[in-house]
Amino acid sequence: MNDLVKRSAADIARDVGSKRISAREVTEAVLARVDEVDDRLGCYLTRLHELARQQAGRVDERIAAGETLPLAGVPLSIKDNMCLAGTRTTAASKILENWIAPYTATAVQRMLDAGAIPIGKSNLDEFAMGSSCENSALGVTRNPYDLQRVPGGSSGGSAAAVAAFEAAIGLGSDTGGSIREPGAFCNVVGFKPTYGRVSRYGLIAFASSLDQIGPLTRTVEDAALAYDAMSGHDPMDSTSIDRRVDPATSSLREDLKGVRVGIVKEFVTAKLGPEIDALYKRAYAELENLGAELVEVSLPTADYGLATYYLIAPAECSSNLARFDGVRYGLRVDGADVGQMYERTRAAGFGPEVKRRILIGTYALSSGYYDAYYVKAQKARTMFAQDFQRAFERCDLIAAPAASSPAFEFDSKSDPYSMYMMDYYTIPMSLAGLPALSVPCGYAGTPALPMGLQLAAPLFEEPKLLGAAHAYERATGHAAKAELAV
Amino acid sequence: MTVKTHYEAVIGIECHVELKTRSKMFCACQNEFGGEPNTKVCPVCLALPGALPVANAAAIRHMIRAGLAFGATIPAFSKFDRKNYFYPDMPKDYQISQYDMPLTLGGSVRYWLEDGTLKECKLTRIHLEEDTGKSMHGGGEDGRIAGSSFSLIDFNRAGVPLMECVGEPDLRSAQEAVGYLEALKRTFVQLGVSDVKMEEGSLRCDANVSIRPRGCTELGTKSEIKNMNSFRSVLRAVESEIERQISVLESGGRIVQETRGWDEGQGVTHSMRSKEEAHDYRYFPDPDLVPIEIDASLIEELKKTIPVLPPERFAKYREYGMDAKQATQLVDNSRLADYFDASVAAGAVPQASMNFVLGDLSRLANESGTAVQDSAVTPAALAELVALVEAKTINSKIAKELLERMWGGEGSPKAIVEKEGLGQTSDTGEIERLIDEVLGANEKAAAEYKAGKTNILGFLTGAVMKASRGKANPALVNELLRKKLE
Repeated sequence: MNDLVKRSAADIARDVGSKRISAREVTEAVLARVDEVDDRLGCYLTRLHELARQQAGRVDERIAAGETLPLAGVPLSIKDNMCLAGTRTTAASKILENWIAPYTATAVQRMLDAGAIPIGKSNLDEFAMGSSCENSALGVTRNPYDLQRVPGGSSGGSAAAVAAFEAAIGLGSDTGGSIREPGAFCNVVGFKPTYGRVSRYGLIAFASSLDQIGPLTRTVEDAALAYDAMSGHDPMDSTSIDRRVDPATSSLREDLKGVRVGIVKEFVTAKLGPEIDALYKRAYAELENLGAELVEVSLPTADYGLATYYLIAPAECSSNLARFDGVRYGLRVDGADVGQMYERTRAAGFGPEVKRRILIGTYALSSGYYDAYYVKAQKARTMFAQDFQRAFERCDLIAAPAASSPAFEFDSKSDPYSMYMMDYYTIPMSLAGLPALSVPCGYAGTPALPMGLQLAAPLFEEPKLLGAAHAYERATGHAAKAELAV
Repeated sequence: MTVKTHYEAVIGIECHVELKTRSKMFCACQNEFGGEPNTKVCPVCLALPGALPVANAAAIRHMIRAGLAFGATIPAFSKFDRKNYFYPDMPKDYQISQYDMPLTLGGSVRYWLEDGTLKECKLTRIHLEEDTGKSMHGGGEDGRIAGSSFSLIDFNRAGVPLMECVGEPDLRSAQEAVGYLEALKRTFVQLGVSDVKMEEGSLRCDANVSIRPRGCTELGTKSEIKNMNSFRSVLRAVESEIERQISVLESGGRIVQETRGWDEGQGVTHSMRSKEEAHDYRYFPDPDLVPIEIDASLIEELKKTIPVLPPERFAKYREYGMDAKQATQLVDNSRLADYFDASVAAGAVPQASMNFVLGDLSRLANESGTAVQDSAVTPAALAELVALVEAKTINSKIAKELLERMWGGEGSPKAIVEKEGLGQTSDTGEIERLIDEVLGANEKAAAEYKAGKTNILGFLTGAVMKASRGKANPALVNELLRKKLE
């Protein structure tokens, strides 16, 4: 493995920008790495070797012409629920297995405009529905630390690619934890910005009021760099916020003096077993060692998070996925009439988890149940937001587990509900639209596998969040303490 | 055809009116009728994966203006909702519409019948939504779905902004229904919010028709009539349906609540029972769009843009003494009506000005190809001319001549009259002298008059007028002539 592939995005951008190395060089190294390991890891559903080389050439030209590119030459993994013009964009579903996107998502375009190199379209749980990447209909992705285990989901492909040096930045999407949880499983940083900070235009919608694009990276600094490039108002997305984005890269700090960190009373880590309990207690102590003041806060509605989320998200997705009907694009299975065509196409095209959520969502919106389920859930959502508002009166950041366990084995969670429980700690932040991330905080289990510390901040406080995470990462360096299996 | 006197018809009209905006409701595609199929489309109106809607602000403003024009209530808060159902011409398989918080509530449409009777029909609401694409079915016999072997869909129309106007069942005859539609059309055209061309599909309407015994206040079972392509169709279809319902009841049958399609060729409605299925649209607020907040200052601003509206004008013109046909004619030519209104504002007596505008001026306009309002005759000049006639300074014959000269650009009629001494002679002495001259030259005629041939007076009057070079006051001539001949 060429050591170039291990370098951070910040380093690469600096060196390519100052012409110490070329974008082409970095690209070739990463492409070679992909060829070396991806048959075993399965991070990429589509490899973009040709496009990568073309883009690398262009970046080198632009640098030569004197342009400053914040992500010059940085190899990028793009979750396959984001449109990139001319590439197969599948959402890991049979219903879009051969669909070529004719346009590019805004967030992706901004990354490319900043000089990033698209390495491949990465695997995910079908339509971003899942917490292990096992729901992909088009491929299997393995955890680079243990090939018998899942990389997490739904952004498993991007998380694994970044962990395995097949990219320096991975674009993921987070609806209930789909960046943070795979980040934790794969020993990388997974960051979900405030809802509305990053455009959703071109992101294949799962739950419109929850989806957010965010980066997976090996360092917090890289996450800040990626965030600065992709964030900001987009007139093509009515839900994107027209509000100044303060650059996060200038807020990275080395200690946590004066920072109050809230520990959520209801998140009783003892429930997770003695080893994991000790791990998180140590993580919180590490924050204290950096100068943070630990404060107990309460999120009384925490236990209702799953129920709330699993009404709102399926409801919105049942409507968002209606367009996959065989009429204009994607899979079509013919029938005697349009109704039959719809039924056959969707039966063949959607996997079981997708069907499950469409059914739940349709039910929750249906006449007679709408008020009791959907409206109630939306009202509960306001209560989550209020809970956090109250908590943030007493602290600046909240610390919590990113997931309840490290990566599990394939096929070990056959009961959908036990899979849904993986999002327990991440869902409340999603419901409140808060910026949150996972940063590596150590290892647990036999074999010892990565775990992540989740940090969350009030709305729009990305600089504060990334700043603190950077301090933690620099002081503890947990991610460096393990070896990949590839 | 007449309704049997012991039944009363109750009719409510529901219209869809395409707004005349430059671009579609939720994307930047051109909003224009015609063109090659599927050329005015983009990821948004084709509902490609990842596309998002952005509301057209001009459409919202047009809607509010329409509401204000009908005296509707404009709420401070409104929103878009998704109406979920599957149909091939609806790309997202949901329509973005408005459910429980439409942009306007209530209001009423004032309209008039052919005989000039002013009536009023209340509105339930008007809301904003997007149009669907257009389907064509082929391989069968008559372009209908049944029996067809393929369908073609043109999405140029998909996403065009649509106003759905729901009227209360205040209409009592087919004539009233058409009067209502014509008033809607006139107002929308006057406001500039729509072309309202049924043949281009920018106005589509359905009629809900029921009957009940006269004097009864309960509503009878209604049927919904669709597929009417012109106002004349509406007239015929509604009348036909009233007839049909009466004959069903008279023969001991029951009216079934159903949708019936108007068959233009056969002049009857057919049951469209096969399409009938209770739809649960699972309405919920569209999470891709932000709510619409309307403040009082916007409403004030938009109120100022509302011109004098057709029903107001019509009523005023009727007060001036115009008959229904004349008033309608003028109302339908809004620029000419503006001209007329300006002449009245400049002091012209309405009835007199109207005679010139609809009479000599319109004749001159037809002959010359120049519109009245674009001619050299300004409203102020016309008002001056009318004043001269009213003051009996000139007679109508001179007035006509002056008008021609004004049309030719000679300017102020008052100035011409003064300069050329065209003022009407009301000098009794002078007129008597002329009468003596004429009677002296026409002894035979005078004798015939005295012998009983009283209509010879006209000839004699004319002769005196001629002798006076048209300047004599004709009424006075007549009076004095009679006296002389006694």
